[in-house]
Amino acid sequence: MQPIATKHNGQSGIAAHRLSQEQCQNNFTDKHPALGSHSAQVEAERCYYCFDAPCTEACPTGIDVPGFIRMISSHNPTGAANLILSENIMGGTCSRVCPVETLCEQSCVRNTDEDRPVTIGLLQRYATDDAISRGDSFFKRVSESGRTVGVVGAGPAGLACAHRLALLGHEVTVYEAREKPGGLNEYGLAAYKMTADFAQKEIEYITAVGGIKMQYGIKVGQDVTFEELRNNHDALFIGVGLAQANTLEIENGDCTGVENAVEYIEALRQSEDLSSLPIGQRVVVIGGGMTAIDIASQARLLGAEEVTIVYRRGQEQMKASLKEQEFAQTIGVQIRHWAQPKALKCEDNRLTGIVFSTTAEEEGGAGTEFELPADMVFKAIGQSFVSFESDGLIFNTEQGRLAVDDQRQTSIPGVWAGGDCIAGGDDLAVIAVQDGKIAAQSIHQFLTARHN
Amino acid sequence: MIDLTSDFIGIRSPNPFWLASAPPTDKAYNVNRAYEAGWGGVVWKTLGEDGAPIVNVSGPRYGALHGKDRNVIGFNNIELITDRPLKLNLEEITQVKKDWPDRGLVVSLMVPCNEEAWKAILLRVEDTGADGVELNFGCPHGMSERGMGAAVGQVPEYVQMVTEWCKTHSSLPVIVKLTPNISDIKQPARAAKQGGADAVSLINTINSVMSVDLETLSISPTIGGKGTHGGYCGPAVKPIALHMVSDIARDSECEGLPISAIGGVSNWRDAVDFIALGASNVQVCTAAMTHGFRIVDDMIDGMSRFLESKGMSSVDELIGRAVPTLTDWQYLNLNYVVKAEINQTLCTQCGRCHIACEDTSHQAISVSGNGQKRYEIKEEECVGCNLCFSVCPVEGCITMRELENEVDKRTGERVTGDYRNWTQHPNNPMRSE
Repeated sequence: MQPIATKHNGQSGIAAHRLSQEQCQNNFTDKHPALGSHSAQVEAERCYYCFDAPCTEACPTGIDVPGFIRMISSHNPTGAANLILSENIMGGTCSRVCPVETLCEQSCVRNTDEDRPVTIGLLQRYATDDAISRGDSFFKRVSESGRTVGVVGAGPAGLACAHRLALLGHEVTVYEAREKPGGLNEYGLAAYKMTADFAQKEIEYITAVGGIKMQYGIKVGQDVTFEELRNNHDALFIGVGLAQANTLEIENGDCTGVENAVEYIEALRQSEDLSSLPIGQRVVVIGGGMTAIDIASQARLLGAEEVTIVYRRGQEQMKASLKEQEFAQTIGVQIRHWAQPKALKCEDNRLTGIVFSTTAEEEGGAGTEFELPADMVFKAIGQSFVSFESDGLIFNTEQGRLAVDDQRQTSIPGVWAGGDCIAGGDDLAVIAVQDGKIAAQSIHQFLTARHN
Repeated sequence: MIDLTSDFIGIRSPNPFWLASAPPTDKAYNVNRAYEAGWGGVVWKTLGEDGAPIVNVSGPRYGALHGKDRNVIGFNNIELITDRPLKLNLEEITQVKKDWPDRGLVVSLMVPCNEEAWKAILLRVEDTGADGVELNFGCPHGMSERGMGAAVGQVPEYVQMVTEWCKTHSSLPVIVKLTPNISDIKQPARAAKQGGADAVSLINTINSVMSVDLETLSISPTIGGKGTHGGYCGPAVKPIALHMVSDIARDSECEGLPISAIGGVSNWRDAVDFIALGASNVQVCTAAMTHGFRIVDDMIDGMSRFLESKGMSSVDELIGRAVPTLTDWQYLNLNYVVKAEINQTLCTQCGRCHIACEDTSHQAISVSGNGQKRYEIKEEECVGCNLCFSVCPVEGCITMRELENEVDKRTGERVTGDYRNWTQHPNNPMRSE
């Protein structure tokens, strides 16, 4: 990895242009660059081509991992891409953002005798990058069924569902509240994982199959009612994610310098000039998930001098993967465990520090207070599902999210759902894709059964 | 350190590691470097008859079979014999031998198949002070089209005839280098012995075509759009060479005929294989052409440590040690029974043993369990074939257990340890009782 540009004794408080535009660009280049042809060959040769492979079992979308690696090994990356994308149309994004160390790579049998798995994620990226950039068309729609399906939300779940339904001959309309598709791929993931506008390129690839109409700026409940959608389509799929950032109930929560991580990342991902983003000199992040890691790392890359993540529980409980934690630490982010915010210190309505109180189990017991100086604090304590007007129809929910059956069907007939907005998932892109896939098959069965 | 001094048909060298007649031994510059690096002997690249020198192609002379990490598995070459003037070679040989009196220096020769041509060159080589000559009856490309090299080696009568000429017209020891491009290697070896050869060396390279360029659909490598077959060598050919060397070593008609082994020797372990199967020394080319002459350091050190670990005090004690263990299929003990065993602690559950056995062999490895798999041998199906052992990626995970005084679950018969081969087997209609 290239060393990142940093600067010390910069301007205190919140300031833009801590680093030059060029330094920022360099900091936000791909942090896990793609394999070259030779490295891919060498790495592919390490695959044992296991029978009934555990990596395939570990993949939520069931990609034939040994199969595609063998194709790379025989200089057939296009065949490999076909195998990957047939199971996971967002195989390109997943190769960049999947926590492979807890999925396929964790299960690689190479861990048993040498503690070094085949780098499946990098190989998957090697296979898919070229195919997607060339626009290789592996998929052909069957003849049109005359049925239409509405998909709410153009994130990984919605797009995966739309793609599969389109292949099966149905006309799909995707309703997206924002001005661009992609959901978290476009607005949420760390910028250095999704370089070169990959989210949009992948979506262009997905929608090129045909039969998918995209409608932007349409918010269900405002611009169109749920009832209208139900009337206009033969089935609906909901993949709206989690729209509401959780709030932190704390005194002075509205003083300048208190930021919502999700909103900040969203702005960052859409920024044309990263160096123009105002960032604190001393930044504290509250939370322990991927968003916490992503905002902390990106704050460093924007030039924040001190970045500390504070999480109320221990490392094992952090939802951010170990690899991501290590990455953040490598670029200078500090991670502190077993402490929760108690009070924000403000002067002239500007943040100056945060008082934390240790939680149970930490040495010295709970309740010991300490203060971290900070001019910017990011809340990254999770998001919640926001339901929309359902015109008298009420969705069953579990733990605040939509309840679905194993076919991803909601409690409302003719309505399926998937991705982060349903209960029981792990809030991963790869799981959202699988939800979309399963729902699409189920919707297809529903549509064909109904009309035959 | 064990003294590795070798005496091969009267040619003394500080170790049994020689460089084979090939590009690395084409001129004094290389040979001096080889001796400086520690090589025990050198067979100078093949000299032809006096006159206008040979012309080589100026396009690719080599092709390679690569492993995934570009490791060289095999080389193929179409280089001919030396393309330098005979006089220059002879002058350099004279000087080099003078400068390195303790090293072996043998000169490889290939001239047209007439007695005068051989006589002429032998006399000139003898004047150089070289230790011996090696008759190149092996080159399979180019020269063979002109009636030399393998064209001679493939006809035992010619082998004998030319060997006799050489013994008549030279007092130097004569090594006959054999081509593997023949159905029974014993025939030319016996012919060489009949002709009075002091030793044979083998194998020369194997006829080969490397590949097709998938873009142009032409042979690869090409010389301006066309290619030709070349001689194959390197690690890939070692098992073939081992077979041929050992076949001569255990042939009663070749008894007492020393062998200089060639064919994929890359390190001391390969050398041990060849020497244990009957060779007195080894010749190296591909490994040196891949890594340079420095590889001899490990060969010397490794061989010395190996001999010491075996309680041997010289290379001579190793020669032919494994030959008695080689026999014909018909004398293998059909009452010897092994069963595969899987060490469950070492098993990584990759399942390669299972799918290999299930799809292609005896359905003798079961799989059970969800998630964590368990692979187990079905002894009632296992024939002890070694396939699972061969495909298992974990060293020591699968072993073959010998059955002793117990019932073979596959046949239901007790394994008694009595020896019975095919010639004695009741199913053999030709058995001798």
